[in-house]
Amino acid sequence: MTLHAERKQLVAPGELLAEGPYFAGENTYREGGKIFASRIGMADVIGNKLIVVPIKGAYIPRIDDLVLGRVTDIGMSGWQVDICAPYPAMLPMSETPMRRDRESGRRDLGSIHGVGDLVLAQVIAFDRTRDPLLTTKGRGLGKITSGRVARISPAKIPRIIGKQGSMITMLKKETGTDIIAGQNGVILATGKNPDQERIAAEAIYMIEREAHTSGLTDRVKAMIQERMKGKTIA
Amino acid sequence: MRNDPAVKLIDSKGLRVDGRRLDELRPIKMEVGILDKANGSAYIEHGKNKILAAVYGPREAHPKHIALADRAVVRCRYHMAPFSVDERKSPAPSRRELELSKVIRESLEPAIMSEYFPRATIDIFIEVLQADAGTRCAGITAASLALADAGIPMRELVAACAAGKIEGKVILDLSDIEDKKGEADLPVALLPKSNVISLIQMDGSLSDEEFRQALDLSTDACRKIYEMQREALKLKYHIVRDGTEDKEEMAEVKA
Repeated sequence: MTLHAERKQLVAPGELLAEGPYFAGENTYREGGKIFASRIGMADVIGNKLIVVPIKGAYIPRIDDLVLGRVTDIGMSGWQVDICAPYPAMLPMSETPMRRDRESGRRDLGSIHGVGDLVLAQVIAFDRTRDPLLTTKGRGLGKITSGRVARISPAKIPRIIGKQGSMITMLKKETGTDIIAGQNGVILATGKNPDQERIAAEAIYMIEREAHTSGLTDRVKAMIQERMKGKTIA
Repeated sequence: MRNDPAVKLIDSKGLRVDGRRLDELRPIKMEVGILDKANGSAYIEHGKNKILAAVYGPREAHPKHIALADRAVVRCRYHMAPFSVDERKSPAPSRRELELSKVIRESLEPAIMSEYFPRATIDIFIEVLQADAGTRCAGITAASLALADAGIPMRELVAACAAGKIEGKVILDLSDIEDKKGEADLPVALLPKSNVISLIQMDGSLSDEEFRQALDLSTDACRKIYEMQREALKLKYHIVRDGTEDKEEMAEVKA
């Protein structure tokens, strides 16, 4: 029963984390009574479970995740949506709040969401054997018609949100925009004028770059205040 | 040519043409994450070799029929730039490059946990900018760094290095002239933690005794390279952290 890695220690794939009666959690694996890291990230111990918090990696959909995706194709009964995952997502007609008329067909689908449209949706099913399924039934879900989009690594989304939402609350307050962070790394900032949105996007990229530094909230806040000077906010 | 007295590969002091001892590696420099557009990337300078590796994925498999139901498909392209060698190399993939792409892919596959991404692909691109013998080994070393940088789950990193024989002596890490005028070349890729050899090839001939010696030499070198890989990986992310890590703020918050 030995712990080899410290908490928050940077580990590389194949690095020994612990020996003995520990559980191998996310991004770790067990081999011959030893637990190793399987991805580059920060080691952590939760009770007697070892995990590695990844710093990079693809977005793997999970049920109930809020995602921002782009419509790539219109099918017979729904849309194909690119959600920046290794798998294309499907948004079936039946999962939109639209009422379906008897005579409606492919043409009508195009009038709801066209190819290239941005949609805010929620993952309702995904199990790796089948492509993720989305829904736009829900408050605030559906087509996005205004705002600015920033794309970052999905592993950095928790940092954008911050502890108990501290970072995102600050971002919203300081820039005067409404920010929606999709779990797939796509973030939407909607404000009353383009300047606010631009500054919000700038702040988001700053957080991504400096995700592992301390006092970030304060520095981002200072940056936003600096940029907001002289801008007339309606 | 073999015993041309004008070319002495080992001098009277027992040193090689570039001044190395028989069991000495060439200087190695590695850098991780140098390409913005790729999901993961690495650059390696192994002696005079200069190699760039980029990893894309896991991403949707195209064309669809190549996808596997139980794991991701790993694809690899090893390519030499036209200016990487003395005589201009045609940029079209040669028979040799095709073969190397295959053996490099097979040497990396045991380390990649491809079962995490069924129906997807992981694409590895290895671009040799300057070649000086041992590009497949340096390519494997760089590609495994790029894979780790892409955040792809791996059992461990893969390190590779060649050994060989010149003028009757077993040596480590052949340079271009040693490769061309020497008697044998033995490239080896190792998964250092589990002690598994994932690539072994041989040109020329070695006696049983020499083969064992060469294998020991190259696996030891792989372990050294593995340490360098770990350092290179951690260096990239350490620059960002650099003692300013904040335990409070780092707390993971799931939305």
